[in-house]
Amino acid sequence: MNKLSLITKTRDQRALEGLQGEVSRRLLASQQGICPVDMAAALVHVCAAQSCGKCVPCRIGLSAVGDLLDKILDGEGTMQDIALIEKTAKAAMDAADCAIGYDAGRLVYECVRAFRDDFESHVRSGSCAARKEHAVPCVALCPAQVDIPGYIALVNAGRYADAVRLIRKDNPFPSVCGLICEHPCEAGCRRTMIDDAVNIRGLKRFAVEKAGYVPAEKVTAAPTGKRVAVIGGGPSGLSAAYFLALMGHEVEVFERRRFAGGMLRYGIPSYRLPRERLQAEIDVILETGVKLHLNSDIGSEAEIRRLAEDFDATYIAIGAHTDKKLRIPGEELGGVVSAVQLLRGIGDGEHPDFTGKKVAIVGGGNVAMDAARSSIRLGAERVSIVYRRRQADMTALPEEIEGAIAEGCELLTMMAPARIEGNADDEATTLVMRPQLIGAIGKDGRPTVSDADAPEVPLEVDIVVVAIGQAIESQPFGAFGLPLKWDTIAAAETCDFAEKDGIFAGGDCATGPATVIKAIAAAKVAAHNIDRYLGFDHTIGAEIDIPQPKLFDRPPCGRVMLKEREAGERKYDFMLMEHCMSEQEAAQESARCLRCDHFGYGIFRGGRCDRW
Amino acid sequence: MVTLKIDNISVTVPEGTTILEAAWRAGIALPTLCFYKDLNEIGACRICVVEKVGESRLIAACDNAVEDGMEILTNSPKVRAARRTNLELILSQHNSSCTTCVRSGNCTLQDLAADFGLTANPYEVALPKNDWNPDFPLIRDAQKCIRCMRCIQVCDKIQGLGIWDLNGTGTRTNVGVAGGEKIENTACVLCGQCITHCPVGALRERDDTDRVFAALADPETVTVVQIAPAVRAAWGEGLGLDRDRASVNRLVAALRRVGFDYIFDTNFSADLTIMEEGSEFLARLQAGELQKWPMFTSCCPGWVRFMKSQYPDMVDQLSSAKSPQAMFGAVTKTWFAERSGIDPAKIFSISIMPCVSKKHECDIPNLNDSGYRDVDVVLTTREVDRILRAEHINAAALPEEPFDSPLGAGTGAAVIFGATGGVMEAALRSAYYLVTGSNPDPDHFKAVRGYDGAWREAEFELAGAKLRVAVASGLANTRRLIEAIRAGKVKYDFVEIMACPGGCGGGGGQPICDGFELAQERDEKLYALDRENPLRFSHENPTVITLYEEYLGKPMSHKAHDLLHTDHHGWHLPCEEK
Repeated sequence: MNKLSLITKTRDQRALEGLQGEVSRRLLASQQGICPVDMAAALVHVCAAQSCGKCVPCRIGLSAVGDLLDKILDGEGTMQDIALIEKTAKAAMDAADCAIGYDAGRLVYECVRAFRDDFESHVRSGSCAARKEHAVPCVALCPAQVDIPGYIALVNAGRYADAVRLIRKDNPFPSVCGLICEHPCEAGCRRTMIDDAVNIRGLKRFAVEKAGYVPAEKVTAAPTGKRVAVIGGGPSGLSAAYFLALMGHEVEVFERRRFAGGMLRYGIPSYRLPRERLQAEIDVILETGVKLHLNSDIGSEAEIRRLAEDFDATYIAIGAHTDKKLRIPGEELGGVVSAVQLLRGIGDGEHPDFTGKKVAIVGGGNVAMDAARSSIRLGAERVSIVYRRRQADMTALPEEIEGAIAEGCELLTMMAPARIEGNADDEATTLVMRPQLIGAIGKDGRPTVSDADAPEVPLEVDIVVVAIGQAIESQPFGAFGLPLKWDTIAAAETCDFAEKDGIFAGGDCATGPATVIKAIAAAKVAAHNIDRYLGFDHTIGAEIDIPQPKLFDRPPCGRVMLKEREAGERKYDFMLMEHCMSEQEAAQESARCLRCDHFGYGIFRGGRCDRW
Repeated sequence: MVTLKIDNISVTVPEGTTILEAAWRAGIALPTLCFYKDLNEIGACRICVVEKVGESRLIAACDNAVEDGMEILTNSPKVRAARRTNLELILSQHNSSCTTCVRSGNCTLQDLAADFGLTANPYEVALPKNDWNPDFPLIRDAQKCIRCMRCIQVCDKIQGLGIWDLNGTGTRTNVGVAGGEKIENTACVLCGQCITHCPVGALRERDDTDRVFAALADPETVTVVQIAPAVRAAWGEGLGLDRDRASVNRLVAALRRVGFDYIFDTNFSADLTIMEEGSEFLARLQAGELQKWPMFTSCCPGWVRFMKSQYPDMVDQLSSAKSPQAMFGAVTKTWFAERSGIDPAKIFSISIMPCVSKKHECDIPNLNDSGYRDVDVVLTTREVDRILRAEHINAAALPEEPFDSPLGAGTGAAVIFGATGGVMEAALRSAYYLVTGSNPDPDHFKAVRGYDGAWREAEFELAGAKLRVAVASGLANTRRLIEAIRAGKVKYDFVEIMACPGGCGGGGGQPICDGFELAQERDEKLYALDRENPLRFSHENPTVITLYEEYLGKPMSHKAHDLLHTDHHGWHLPCEEK
């Protein structure tokens, strides 16, 4: 009798699935410095192993492409071989029967087109166009190049104040970044090859909390007699001021608002970044002798010119503090505010009462989540996050979205705002939304959306918060003679301008809205280049002995995650919602670091930059 | 202090000590290959791996520090298997034609293979292609390179030049000239430190011994040899002679057995250099030419190449005096030929140097002023050792023999040219005499000797005036000194530079003793020879006095200028022209 049986996995199948999982983890942790041709060859071999062997373009084509790539890598390839790879890949892409073949063809085809210089360089000189250094992955991915293995080792050794001092060598905001950094460092953590990235931000926060107050570095550089003006007291301006002060320059920061901190105060809610912690960090920066002028708006061309003339150099770091409009009917109605406005008010201590109100947040980024979660804390009866695409397409960090949902926010995805309707008093009452259809994936890798064949959906509202991005008040700087690109101040990669000597710009105002760590990175670049411009060659260092790595195996071990106060409790206040690691957790987590500064390429080169 | 057990032997060492050093203290010699103390501690070859009890992965001993209470096994089955596999893998990318290798018998890889008792290799041997200019004084054999990175490190860290780098990526990563450039187009100064730090035969000097044998074979040719100061402190190392047995007079005896016609001493022309360079210094000092930047010595061709490529705007600060080798060559084919009645065209001038860069110096067109090639060929100390071996001369058994006359006379001031600070000291001894008319205590200027710091400085009184001098060796140190001078942080009148760390004692042409920096030991020998010499002032060299009386007139005379000075702008490095 012919019986059916349940399919169970054999040991081999389980092992193979495990292997495939490990390969994908390994690829995730790919470091810089890899040859794209070598990588393409490896991928082709993986694709060839996936081939079922039925069809010609995949079975024979991928194998032929693999051989050609190996030939090029061995320095024996010709320009004709490159053309042949392209042709073969195109044939697989066009003519293979299933995705195993045609997607492999596409992959190779796009590789050749994207890295043609490297392919040709292999043919001509036997190697890539330029050899890229194998940097320590986390440090290389940190825009400010903070010595991450160094401070994790210091945390592991219980030397918390030293950890803070080491971070400050590159980033004077360890406390802020311990709480809210987007931690791009973790994305390339080599530990991912074994299990999962080290919780770097969590360890930084732990270091800062354990260390308590750590005084600013002593200014040991002799006074240079040079004066530098900084426009904007946000993370970029204050960081630049800190480094420049350590270099012996006299620095004055001009901040238009009542408090310093920029977006850290006027954009990020205190439940993520408590104000007193921010202020403590700013106070340490001011210990270096930086002069801070509050309520000092440098907002006109004449004022910019006067400052530029009065000082030996000027750093512009005004951030991106105005809102972008939805450009839909009804946007002018009462109850429609921008996220920038809402969060700025909260930053100055003005908490509007949303009790019993129905709030709609338009947008899917981190600022939208901040606005949504703040609205919950302001007492809103219902908070709906209206977004055109899917949850997975939101640019906000996944934990921010999950946090908002846990606190009671609703996600209304695949909905585009069409118009806002109001009552006789011109107060918003309804946000009319148009359902969307997800569509083809665009060049940026994100799917496009279009109006679906479905009726409009009304959403009853009292408040509409528009959180679709920020703009920069750059016009006066344009009038002053600096180049603008859209609304950004178009500084060079070196943060300076071919058009004007002695003027530098960086942070959000030069890049468009980005992260705090990028703003700090710009401050490093600007501080170094301002110092050189003023005729000096100061460097910043920390003089801290980094503990030797411990010599133990590093078997797979789970990543410690930071716990949060429970949603039902935290949503009623603006107090810090995230808990710190315990000592036990920090000891385990810091021991997970693979010490790429020592093991592997790091001990030969690039393991540590003591001074910059 | 940290206490640990290595192979069950308890050792207590300071915190931060590597496992390798702790093992040494316990009397256990671990095998190493890429390791070079303080220069290359990177755990690349994985030959020094050891087992830490309780952990499954092996640890490199050379670059990991001891931990309190750790137990290390240096010869466990796991260690043995891993080391052997690693060695086999290294050999699978190494051209093991040991019989025709210049480092045969002095090769760390060969020693290891012998120690491990390898009789076969399970891996197929695959060698990269060789693409090198065989005429360049520095030769690299890509098929012998084991990618230990030492050449990269010494050129980066000690010489501050970065000529070597990694090229290629992934498993095809290879050592080569940075950026895939041709070596002859780079700023390589030919110091040869990469050669003396190479554990195998991947780097060597161009072998010119065949040209010397050809000259010896020609009955018409008169062979004239000069022996540089630092050669006498090291030549025995390559032949297994101890430093005292390997005297320069025993080398003279050995070279006579080889069949050279005249065996002279570069010490003679070192004394001559002092007369010219010392006089030039006093003249330039008095003319106020050294207000902004000091005068620099010019006897080290590696340093001259460095100055020309790195600080072209300072080339005029170099003394115009030729090096002792070049002065010797010019005098040999003029004055010596004349008074000996030898046709200078028939003289084949051979110079034995601790140096690779001298091979380049003798080819500089405008350093030839005798009307002939002033120096025909330069042999390194290593090549001379090879000649003695090839001739089966048992140098140890030979009696000491004197140099030939007249160019065999040298003073103690000349012999210290081979040590860092020596040229400065010799110059100051004679400058003092030239200014005051009387000799100082010969050791009066010994403050310029030593090895500490990036450079040494000293201040002396010379006829009531303050004289500020500095001495540096190693080109990374030199760069630090020059940057300080250019930034106005320091100010000197006279500066001595030698490209190799410790001076010619540590020269790139000296015998190789893997893992040991012998410059200081060799320099001490030179200082001892200075002390023992009854003549300790260059101006008292009898041949130098005769040369001026008979031929040159006085230092800085017109004739002296023609023969003994040079224009450093008269030739160009390819990298200068770019």
